[in-house]
Amino acid sequence: MKVGVVGLQGDVEEHVQQLRRAAEELGITVKVVWIRERDEMKDMWGVVIPGGESTTISRLIDKFGLREEIIRIREEGGVIMGTCAGTIILAVEGDESVVEKGVSLLKMVNIKVDRNAFGRQRESFEAPVHLDLPPTGAFKGWRGEFPGVFIRAPRITDVGEGVDVVGDLNGEPVMVKQGNVLALTFHPELTDDTLIHKYFLTLLP
Amino acid sequence: MVLKIKLEKLRYGSELIKRGFAKMQKGGVIMDVVNAEQAVVAEEAGAVAVMALERVPADIRAAGGVARMADPKKIEEIMDAVSIPVMAKVRIGHFVEAQILEALGVDMIDESEVLTPADPFHHVNKKQFRVPFVCGARNLGEALRRIDEGAAMIRTKGEAGTGNVIEAVRHMRIINKAIWELKGLSEEEMRKVAQEIKAPFELVKETAELGRLPVVNFAAGGIATPADAAMMMQLGADGVFVGSGIFKSENPEKRARAIVEAVAHYDDPEVLLEVSKDLGEAMKGIEIESIPQEQRLQERGW
Repeated sequence: MKVGVVGLQGDVEEHVQQLRRAAEELGITVKVVWIRERDEMKDMWGVVIPGGESTTISRLIDKFGLREEIIRIREEGGVIMGTCAGTIILAVEGDESVVEKGVSLLKMVNIKVDRNAFGRQRESFEAPVHLDLPPTGAFKGWRGEFPGVFIRAPRITDVGEGVDVVGDLNGEPVMVKQGNVLALTFHPELTDDTLIHKYFLTLLP
Repeated sequence: MVLKIKLEKLRYGSELIKRGFAKMQKGGVIMDVVNAEQAVVAEEAGAVAVMALERVPADIRAAGGVARMADPKKIEEIMDAVSIPVMAKVRIGHFVEAQILEALGVDMIDESEVLTPADPFHHVNKKQFRVPFVCGARNLGEALRRIDEGAAMIRTKGEAGTGNVIEAVRHMRIINKAIWELKGLSEEEMRKVAQEIKAPFELVKETAELGRLPVVNFAAGGIATPADAAMMMQLGADGVFVGSGIFKSENPEKRARAIVEAVAHYDDPEVLLEVSKDLGEAMKGIEIESIPQEQRLQERGW
Protein backbone atom coordinates (compact mmCIF):
# COMPACT_ATOMS: atom_id res chain seq x y z
CA MET A 1 0.00 0.00 0.00
CA LYS A 2 1.32 3.45 -0.89
CA VAL A 3 0.49 6.71 0.85
CA GLY A 4 1.95 10.17 0.39
CA VAL A 5 2.36 13.58 1.95
CA VAL A 6 1.82 16.59 -0.30
CA GLY A 7 5.43 17.77 -0.35
CA LEU A 8 5.39 21.22 -1.87
CA GLN A 9 5.68 23.28 1.32
CA GLY A 10 5.25 22.82 5.06
CA ASP A 11 6.21 20.24 7.67
CA VAL A 12 6.23 17.34 5.22
CA GLU A 13 9.13 15.40 6.70
CA GLU A 14 7.44 15.27 10.13
CA HIS A 15 4.36 13.61 8.62
CA VAL A 16 6.44 11.19 6.56
CA GLN A 17 8.39 10.09 9.63
CA GLN A 18 5.29 9.86 11.80
CA LEU A 19 3.53 7.69 9.16
CA ARG A 20 6.56 5.40 8.93
CA ARG A 21 6.67 5.02 12.72
CA ALA A 22 2.93 4.39 12.82
CA ALA A 23 3.15 1.68 10.13
CA GLU A 24 5.99 0.02 12.01
CA GLU A 25 4.02 0.03 15.26
CA LEU A 26 1.01 -1.45 13.46
CA GLY A 27 3.25 -4.05 11.85
CA ILE A 28 2.03 -3.23 8.34
CA THR A 29 3.99 -2.51 5.17
CA VAL A 30 3.25 0.94 3.84
CA LYS A 31 5.32 2.91 1.39
CA VAL A 32 5.35 6.58 2.38
CA VAL A 33 6.40 9.11 -0.27
CA TRP A 34 6.80 12.89 -0.66
CA ILE A 35 4.39 14.01 -3.37
CA ARG A 36 5.69 16.74 -5.62
CA GLU A 37 4.48 15.51 -8.98
CA ARG A 38 1.20 13.98 -9.99
CA ASP A 39 2.91 10.91 -11.45
CA GLU A 40 3.85 9.91 -7.92
CA MET A 41 0.16 9.58 -7.03
CA LYS A 42 -0.54 6.49 -9.10
CA ASP A 43 -1.65 3.52 -6.98
CA MET A 44 -1.80 5.77 -3.94
CA TRP A 45 -4.51 5.19 -1.33
CA GLY A 46 -3.80 7.82 1.28
CA VAL A 47 -2.83 11.49 1.08
CA VAL A 48 -1.84 13.88 3.87
CA ILE A 49 -1.93 17.63 3.34
CA PRO A 50 0.51 19.01 5.93
CA GLY A 51 0.72 22.20 7.92
CA GLY A 52 2.34 25.19 6.29
CA GLU A 53 0.90 28.26 4.60
CA SER A 54 -2.47 27.52 3.02
CA THR A 55 -2.08 30.18 0.31
CA THR A 56 1.29 28.73 -0.74
CA ILE A 57 0.26 25.06 -0.58
CA SER A 58 -3.05 25.53 -2.41
CA ARG A 59 -1.36 27.55 -5.14
CA LEU A 60 1.27 24.86 -5.67
CA ILE A 61 -1.31 22.03 -5.54
CA ASP A 62 -3.07 23.70 -8.48
CA LYS A 63 0.09 24.72 -10.31
CA PHE A 64 1.51 21.21 -10.33
CA GLY A 65 -1.76 19.41 -11.04
CA LEU A 66 -2.16 17.54 -7.74
CA ARG A 67 -5.71 18.76 -7.18
CA GLU A 68 -7.40 16.34 -9.61
CA GLU A 69 -5.36 13.44 -8.24
CA ILE A 70 -6.36 14.15 -4.63
CA ILE A 71 -10.01 14.28 -5.72
CA ARG A 72 -9.63 11.04 -7.70
CA ILE A 73 -8.04 9.19 -4.76
CA ARG A 74 -10.88 10.25 -2.46
CA GLU A 75 -13.51 9.21 -4.98
CA GLU A 76 -11.90 5.79 -5.41
CA GLY A 77 -12.12 5.17 -1.67
CA GLY A 78 -8.75 6.44 -0.48
CA VAL A 79 -8.14 8.34 2.75
CA ILE A 80 -7.29 12.04 2.96
CA MET A 81 -6.04 13.86 6.07
CA GLY A 82 -5.32 17.56 6.50
CA THR A 83 -3.61 19.24 9.44
CA CYS A 84 -3.88 23.00 10.10
CA ALA A 85 -3.31 24.58 6.65
CA GLY A 86 -4.36 21.22 5.17
CA THR A 87 -7.70 21.51 6.95
CA ILE A 88 -8.33 24.95 5.47
CA ILE A 89 -7.73 23.49 2.01
CA LEU A 90 -10.11 20.56 2.69
CA ALA A 91 -12.98 22.74 3.93
CA VAL A 92 -16.05 23.66 1.87
CA GLU A 93 -15.98 27.23 3.08
CA GLY A 94 -13.45 29.68 4.47
CA ASP A 95 -13.69 33.10 6.11
CA GLU A 96 -13.16 36.38 4.22
CA SER A 97 -9.37 36.11 4.48
CA VAL A 98 -9.40 32.68 2.82
CA VAL A 99 -11.68 33.91 0.05
CA GLU A 100 -9.82 37.16 -0.46
CA LYS A 101 -6.41 35.45 -0.66
CA GLY A 102 -7.70 33.10 -3.32
CA VAL A 103 -6.98 29.87 -1.44
CA SER A 104 -8.55 27.26 -3.69
CA LEU A 105 -10.47 24.85 -1.49
CA LEU A 106 -10.87 21.14 -2.17
CA LYS A 107 -14.33 21.23 -0.53
CA MET A 108 -14.12 17.68 0.82
CA VAL A 109 -15.30 18.33 4.37
CA ASN A 110 -18.54 20.09 5.15
CA ILE A 111 -17.09 22.59 7.61
CA LYS A 112 -16.47 26.31 7.67
CA VAL A 113 -13.03 27.43 8.82
CA ASP A 114 -11.73 30.71 10.12
CA ARG A 115 -8.07 31.09 9.27
CA ASN A 116 -5.62 32.09 12.06
CA ALA A 117 -8.65 32.56 14.27
CA PHE A 118 -6.70 32.22 17.51
CA GLY A 119 -4.49 35.16 16.57
CA ARG A 120 -0.86 35.54 15.62
CA GLN A 121 2.09 33.32 16.57
CA ARG A 122 2.21 34.90 20.06
CA GLU A 123 -1.17 33.23 20.69
CA SER A 124 -0.11 29.78 19.46
CA PHE A 125 -0.43 27.20 22.25
CA GLU A 126 -0.25 23.65 23.48
CA ALA A 127 -3.29 22.15 25.19
CA PRO A 128 -4.63 18.61 25.61
CA VAL A 129 -7.51 17.82 23.26
CA HIS A 130 -10.16 15.19 23.81
CA LEU A 131 -10.44 12.53 21.12
CA ASP A 132 -13.23 10.07 20.51
CA LEU A 133 -12.15 8.04 17.48
CA PRO A 134 -14.86 5.66 16.29
CA PRO A 135 -13.94 2.02 15.59
CA THR A 136 -13.13 1.01 12.03
CA GLY A 137 -12.37 -2.47 10.68
CA ALA A 138 -8.94 -2.99 12.22
CA PHE A 139 -9.22 -0.24 14.83
CA LYS A 140 -11.07 -0.72 18.09
CA GLY A 141 -11.79 2.93 18.63
CA TRP A 142 -10.10 5.22 21.13
CA ARG A 143 -11.18 7.77 23.68
CA GLY A 144 -8.92 10.03 25.74
CA GLU A 145 -6.58 13.00 25.80
CA PHE A 146 -4.08 13.77 23.06
CA PRO A 147 -1.40 16.50 23.07
CA GLY A 148 -2.76 19.34 20.93
CA VAL A 149 -0.22 21.64 19.27
CA PHE A 150 -1.93 24.70 17.80
CA ILE A 151 0.23 26.97 15.64
CA ARG A 152 -1.52 30.00 14.13
CA ALA A 153 -4.34 27.50 13.98
CA PRO A 154 -7.60 27.81 12.07
CA ARG A 155 -10.89 27.39 13.89
CA ILE A 156 -13.75 25.21 12.72
CA THR A 157 -16.66 27.62 13.06
CA ASP A 158 -19.41 25.52 11.53
CA VAL A 159 -19.93 21.77 11.21
CA GLY A 160 -22.39 20.70 8.53
CA GLU A 161 -24.23 17.55 7.59
CA GLY A 162 -22.30 14.31 7.28
CA VAL A 163 -19.45 15.46 9.50
CA ASP A 164 -18.56 13.75 12.79
CA VAL A 165 -16.64 15.66 15.43
CA VAL A 166 -14.03 13.17 16.68
CA GLY A 167 -11.83 15.60 18.61
CA ASP A 168 -12.61 18.67 20.66
CA LEU A 169 -10.94 21.29 22.78
CA ASN A 170 -13.28 22.06 25.62
CA GLY A 171 -16.31 21.41 23.47
CA GLU A 172 -15.00 23.14 20.37
CA PRO A 173 -14.36 20.90 17.32
CA VAL A 174 -10.65 20.48 16.47
CA MET A 175 -10.76 17.16 14.60
CA VAL A 176 -13.56 16.06 12.29
CA LYS A 177 -14.25 13.12 10.02
CA GLN A 178 -16.41 12.96 6.95
CA GLY A 179 -16.32 9.50 5.42
CA ASN A 180 -12.66 8.82 4.75
CA VAL A 181 -11.51 12.39 5.14
CA LEU A 182 -9.96 13.64 8.39
CA ALA A 183 -9.43 17.32 9.15
CA LEU A 184 -7.48 18.56 12.18
CA THR A 185 -6.69 22.09 13.29
CA PHE A 186 -3.67 20.92 15.35
CA HIS A 187 -0.39 19.15 14.59
CA PRO A 188 -0.13 15.49 15.68
CA GLU A 189 3.01 15.21 13.52
CA LEU A 190 4.90 17.49 15.92
CA THR A 191 4.35 15.20 18.91
CA ASP A 192 5.77 11.76 19.79
CA ASP A 193 2.28 10.26 19.75
CA THR A 194 1.54 8.20 16.61
CA LEU A 195 -2.13 7.52 17.48
CA ILE A 196 -3.71 9.74 14.84
CA HIS A 197 -1.36 8.57 12.10
CA LYS A 198 -2.12 4.97 13.05
CA TYR A 199 -5.83 5.77 12.84
CA PHE A 200 -5.26 7.26 9.37
CA LEU A 201 -3.51 4.07 8.24
CA THR A 202 -6.25 1.79 9.60
CA LEU A 203 -8.80 3.68 7.47
CA LEU A 204 -6.97 2.68 4.27
CA PRO A 205 -9.07 0.39 2.07
CA MET B 1 -15.37 33.55 20.05
CA VAL B 2 -13.82 33.30 23.51
CA LEU B 3 -11.49 30.45 24.42
CA LYS B 4 -13.12 28.27 27.03
CA ILE B 5 -10.12 26.09 27.86
CA LYS B 6 -8.90 25.99 31.44
CA LEU B 7 -6.00 28.41 31.53
CA GLU B 8 -3.65 26.23 33.57
CA LYS B 9 -3.71 23.68 30.76
CA LEU B 10 -2.76 26.16 28.06
CA ARG B 11 0.92 26.64 27.32
CA TYR B 12 2.16 29.50 25.17
CA GLY B 13 5.62 30.09 23.75
CA SER B 14 7.06 26.63 24.51
CA GLU B 15 10.09 25.42 22.54
CA LEU B 16 7.75 23.02 20.70
CA ILE B 17 5.45 25.87 19.67
CA LYS B 18 8.34 28.12 18.63
CA ARG B 19 10.25 25.46 16.71
CA GLY B 20 6.96 24.18 15.29
CA PHE B 21 6.23 27.59 13.80
CA ALA B 22 9.59 27.48 12.01
CA LYS B 23 8.79 23.99 10.70
CA MET B 24 5.62 25.30 9.05
CA GLN B 25 7.83 27.61 6.97
CA LYS B 26 9.84 24.72 5.50
CA GLY B 27 10.06 24.46 1.74
CA GLY B 28 9.02 28.08 1.55
CA VAL B 29 10.33 31.49 0.56
CA ILE B 30 10.37 34.40 3.00
CA MET B 31 10.55 37.74 1.21
CA ASP B 32 11.80 41.15 2.33
CA VAL B 33 9.19 43.88 1.80
CA VAL B 34 9.18 47.59 2.64
CA ASN B 35 5.48 48.42 2.29
CA ALA B 36 1.98 46.96 2.12
CA GLU B 37 1.92 46.83 -1.71
CA GLN B 38 5.10 44.74 -1.82
CA ALA B 39 3.76 42.49 0.93
CA VAL B 40 0.65 41.77 -1.13
CA VAL B 41 2.80 40.98 -4.18
CA ALA B 42 4.85 38.57 -2.06
CA GLU B 43 1.77 36.87 -0.62
CA GLU B 44 0.16 36.50 -4.04
CA ALA B 45 3.36 34.98 -5.39
CA GLY B 46 3.18 32.30 -2.69
CA ALA B 47 5.64 33.57 -0.07
CA VAL B 48 5.23 31.73 3.26
CA ALA B 49 6.04 34.89 5.22
CA VAL B 50 7.32 38.41 4.71
CA MET B 51 10.10 40.27 6.49
CA ALA B 52 8.89 43.82 7.15
CA LEU B 53 11.64 46.41 6.72
CA GLU B 54 12.07 50.12 6.18
CA ARG B 55 14.75 49.43 3.60
CA VAL B 56 15.97 46.26 1.92
CA PRO B 57 19.57 45.30 2.78
CA ALA B 58 20.95 46.66 -0.52
CA ASP B 59 19.60 50.11 0.40
CA ILE B 60 20.75 49.81 4.02
CA ARG B 61 24.22 49.09 2.66
CA ALA B 62 24.03 52.07 0.31
CA ALA B 63 22.66 54.44 2.96
CA GLY B 64 25.28 53.68 5.63
CA GLY B 65 24.88 55.08 9.15
CA VAL B 66 23.19 53.21 12.00
CA ALA B 67 20.46 50.81 10.87
CA ARG B 68 17.76 50.17 13.49
CA MET B 69 14.46 48.32 13.96
CA ALA B 70 11.83 49.56 11.48
CA ASP B 71 9.12 51.99 12.56
CA PRO B 72 6.38 49.83 14.18
CA LYS B 73 3.76 51.83 12.26
CA LYS B 74 5.36 50.62 9.03
CA ILE B 75 5.40 47.02 10.23
CA GLU B 76 1.79 47.31 11.37
CA GLU B 77 0.69 48.44 7.91
CA ILE B 78 2.31 45.33 6.47
CA MET B 79 0.70 43.11 9.15
CA ASP B 80 -2.69 44.54 8.23
CA ALA B 81 -2.16 43.94 4.52
CA VAL B 82 -1.41 40.20 4.51
CA SER B 83 -2.61 37.02 6.23
CA ILE B 84 0.73 35.17 6.07
CA PRO B 85 3.17 35.55 9.00
CA VAL B 86 5.08 38.81 9.30
CA MET B 87 8.64 38.91 10.64
CA ALA B 88 10.76 41.93 11.53
CA LYS B 89 14.37 42.59 12.45
CA VAL B 90 16.01 43.80 15.64
CA ARG B 91 19.64 44.77 16.19
CA ILE B 92 21.91 42.10 17.64
CA GLY B 93 21.50 42.22 21.42
CA HIS B 94 18.74 44.85 21.38
CA PHE B 95 16.28 43.15 23.71
CA VAL B 96 14.09 46.23 24.00
CA GLU B 97 13.53 46.41 20.25
CA ALA B 98 12.54 42.74 20.60
CA GLN B 99 10.13 43.56 23.45
CA ILE B 100 8.54 46.21 21.23
CA LEU B 101 8.13 43.79 18.31
CA GLU B 102 6.65 41.16 20.62
CA ALA B 103 4.17 43.73 21.93
CA LEU B 104 3.31 44.61 18.34
CA GLY B 105 2.66 40.92 17.65
CA VAL B 106 5.06 40.09 14.82
CA ASP B 107 5.17 36.33 14.22
CA MET B 108 8.95 35.93 14.30
CA ILE B 109 11.86 38.21 15.20
CA ASP B 110 15.08 38.21 13.20
CA GLU B 111 18.04 39.21 15.38
CA SER B 112 19.95 40.42 12.39
CA GLU B 113 23.44 41.43 11.38
CA VAL B 114 21.86 43.52 8.63
CA LEU B 115 21.12 46.11 11.33
CA THR B 116 23.85 47.78 13.38
CA PRO B 117 24.60 45.68 16.50
CA ALA B 118 23.47 47.20 19.81
CA ASP B 119 25.32 45.09 22.39
CA PRO B 120 29.04 44.34 22.18
CA PHE B 121 28.80 41.41 24.63
CA HIS B 122 25.48 39.61 24.33
CA HIS B 123 22.91 38.46 21.84
CA VAL B 124 19.28 38.67 22.98
CA ASN B 125 18.22 36.05 25.56
CA LYS B 126 15.58 34.64 23.26
CA LYS B 127 14.22 32.18 25.80
CA GLN B 128 12.53 35.07 27.61
CA PHE B 129 10.22 35.71 24.68
CA ARG B 130 7.00 34.07 23.58
CA VAL B 131 7.67 35.02 19.96
CA PRO B 132 10.18 32.77 18.15
CA PHE B 133 13.50 34.11 16.84
CA VAL B 134 15.59 33.44 13.76
CA CYS B 135 19.33 34.22 13.82
CA GLY B 136 22.14 34.22 11.29
CA ALA B 137 25.15 31.90 11.45
CA ARG B 138 28.33 31.31 9.47
CA ASN B 139 29.41 28.08 11.12
CA LEU B 140 28.19 25.32 13.44
CA GLY B 141 29.45 26.95 16.65
CA GLU B 142 27.63 30.18 15.91
CA ALA B 143 24.43 28.29 15.00
CA LEU B 144 24.47 26.23 18.19
CA ARG B 145 25.21 29.27 20.39
CA ARG B 146 22.15 30.97 18.95
CA ILE B 147 20.02 27.84 19.48
CA ASP B 148 21.31 27.71 23.06
CA GLU B 149 20.10 31.29 23.53
CA GLY B 150 16.68 30.17 22.29
CA ALA B 151 16.66 30.66 18.50
CA ALA B 152 13.91 28.54 16.91
CA MET B 153 15.34 28.90 13.43
CA ILE B 154 18.80 29.47 11.93
CA ARG B 155 19.67 31.01 8.60
CA THR B 156 23.00 31.35 6.88
CA LYS B 157 24.26 34.91 7.11
CA GLY B 158 25.53 35.01 3.55
CA GLU B 159 26.30 38.59 2.61
CA ALA B 160 23.01 40.48 2.60
CA GLY B 161 22.24 43.10 -0.01
CA THR B 162 24.82 41.89 -2.52
CA GLY B 163 22.74 39.66 -4.81
CA ASN B 164 25.81 37.41 -4.68
CA VAL B 165 25.16 33.89 -3.44
CA ILE B 166 28.75 32.86 -2.72
CA GLU B 167 28.73 33.69 1.00
CA ALA B 168 25.44 31.85 1.62
CA VAL B 169 26.95 28.82 -0.13
CA ARG B 170 30.13 29.18 1.92
CA HIS B 171 28.21 29.25 5.20
CA MET B 172 25.94 26.36 4.28
CA ARG B 173 28.90 24.21 3.20
CA ILE B 174 30.87 25.05 6.35
CA ILE B 175 27.91 24.08 8.56
CA ASN B 176 27.23 20.88 6.59
CA LYS B 177 30.87 19.83 6.74
CA ALA B 178 31.04 20.41 10.50
CA ILE B 179 27.91 18.28 11.02
CA TRP B 180 29.27 15.55 8.78
CA GLU B 181 32.52 15.51 10.74
CA LEU B 182 30.62 14.76 13.96
CA LYS B 183 29.64 11.37 12.59
CA GLY B 184 31.09 8.48 14.52
CA LEU B 185 32.77 10.61 17.19
CA SER B 186 32.88 9.35 20.75
CA GLU B 187 31.39 11.47 23.54
CA GLU B 188 34.88 12.53 24.61
CA GLU B 189 35.67 13.68 21.10
CA MET B 190 32.37 15.53 20.86
CA ARG B 191 33.14 17.27 24.13
CA LYS B 192 36.40 18.47 22.63
CA VAL B 193 34.62 19.72 19.50
CA ALA B 194 32.12 21.55 21.73
CA GLN B 195 34.98 23.35 23.47
CA GLU B 196 36.66 24.20 20.18
CA ILE B 197 33.55 25.62 18.53
CA LYS B 198 32.38 27.24 21.79
CA ALA B 199 29.01 25.51 21.79
CA PRO B 200 27.18 23.53 24.48
CA PHE B 201 28.05 19.82 24.48
CA GLU B 202 24.39 18.74 24.64
CA LEU B 203 23.59 20.60 21.43
CA VAL B 204 26.66 19.19 19.68
CA LYS B 205 25.55 15.71 20.70
CA GLU B 206 21.97 16.33 19.55
CA THR B 207 23.24 17.62 16.19
CA ALA B 208 25.42 14.53 15.76
CA GLU B 209 22.48 12.23 16.53
CA LEU B 210 20.13 14.04 14.16
CA GLY B 211 22.74 14.51 11.44
CA ARG B 212 21.41 18.06 11.04
CA LEU B 213 20.84 21.22 13.07
CA PRO B 214 18.20 20.70 15.79
CA VAL B 215 16.10 23.55 14.37
CA VAL B 216 14.98 24.55 10.88
CA ASN B 217 17.85 25.98 8.81
CA PHE B 218 17.15 28.44 5.99
CA ALA B 219 19.51 30.01 3.46
CA ALA B 220 19.85 33.78 3.30
CA GLY B 221 22.13 36.53 2.12
CA GLY B 222 22.61 37.09 -1.61
CA ILE B 223 19.95 34.88 -3.22
CA ALA B 224 18.77 36.56 -6.44
CA THR B 225 17.55 33.91 -8.89
CA PRO B 226 15.44 30.71 -8.91
CA ALA B 227 18.67 28.82 -9.58
CA ASP B 228 20.34 30.38 -6.51
CA ALA B 229 17.36 29.37 -4.37
CA ALA B 230 17.29 25.80 -5.75
CA MET B 231 21.05 25.49 -5.25
CA MET B 232 20.71 26.37 -1.57
CA MET B 233 17.91 23.81 -1.25
CA GLN B 234 20.04 21.13 -2.89
CA LEU B 235 22.79 21.99 -0.41
CA GLY B 236 20.35 21.10 2.36
CA ALA B 237 18.56 24.35 3.25
CA ASP B 238 15.01 23.91 4.59
CA GLY B 239 13.86 27.05 2.76
CA VAL B 240 15.14 30.46 1.68
CA PHE B 241 15.01 34.11 2.58
CA VAL B 242 15.16 36.48 -0.37
CA GLY B 243 16.02 40.02 0.60
CA SER B 244 16.87 42.59 -2.01
CA GLY B 245 16.77 39.98 -4.78
CA ILE B 246 13.09 40.33 -5.57
CA PHE B 247 12.13 43.98 -5.28
CA LYS B 248 15.47 45.18 -6.68
CA SER B 249 14.86 43.21 -9.86
CA GLU B 250 13.11 44.31 -13.04
CA ASN B 251 9.97 42.18 -12.63
CA PRO B 252 9.40 41.42 -8.93
CA GLU B 253 6.05 39.63 -9.38
CA LYS B 254 7.34 37.18 -11.91
CA ARG B 255 10.63 36.62 -10.11
CA ALA B 256 8.90 36.07 -6.76
CA ARG B 257 6.61 33.43 -8.26
CA ALA B 258 9.52 31.76 -10.05
CA ILE B 259 11.58 31.53 -6.85
CA VAL B 260 8.62 30.01 -4.96
CA GLU B 261 8.19 27.34 -7.65
CA ALA B 262 11.94 26.72 -7.84
CA VAL B 263 12.06 26.04 -4.09
CA ALA B 264 9.11 23.61 -4.26
CA HIS B 265 10.80 21.73 -7.12
CA TYR B 266 14.43 22.43 -6.26
CA ASP B 267 15.73 19.12 -7.60
CA ASP B 268 13.77 19.05 -10.86
CA PRO B 269 15.85 20.72 -13.62
CA GLU B 270 12.87 20.68 -16.02
CA VAL B 271 10.81 22.85 -13.68
CA LEU B 272 13.83 25.04 -12.90
CA LEU B 273 14.40 25.57 -16.62
CA GLU B 274 10.78 26.60 -17.15
CA VAL B 275 10.63 29.04 -14.24
CA SER B 276 14.00 30.62 -15.03
CA LYS B 277 12.85 31.87 -18.45
CA ASP B 278 12.18 35.50 -19.25
CA LEU B 279 12.36 36.97 -15.75
CA GLY B 280 13.88 40.30 -16.80
CA GLU B 281 17.02 41.73 -15.19
CA ALA B 282 18.06 40.35 -11.80
CA MET B 283 19.41 42.81 -9.25
CA LYS B 284 22.82 44.04 -10.29
CA GLY B 285 24.80 42.61 -7.40
CA ILE B 286 28.18 43.28 -5.83
CA GLU B 287 31.44 41.36 -5.96
CA ILE B 288 32.26 40.38 -2.34
CA GLU B 289 35.97 41.20 -2.78
CA SER B 290 35.03 44.81 -3.48
CA ILE B 291 33.50 45.20 0.00
CA PRO B 292 36.11 46.06 2.64
CA GLN B 293 36.24 43.47 5.43
CA GLU B 294 34.91 45.91 8.05
CA GLN B 295 31.86 46.67 5.91
CA ARG B 296 30.82 43.03 5.52
CA LEU B 297 27.60 42.46 7.43
CA GLN B 298 28.41 38.82 8.15
CA GLU B 299 31.26 39.92 10.46
CA ARG B 300 28.67 41.30 12.90
CA GLY B 301 27.78 38.99 15.78
CA TRP B 302 29.87 36.11 17.01
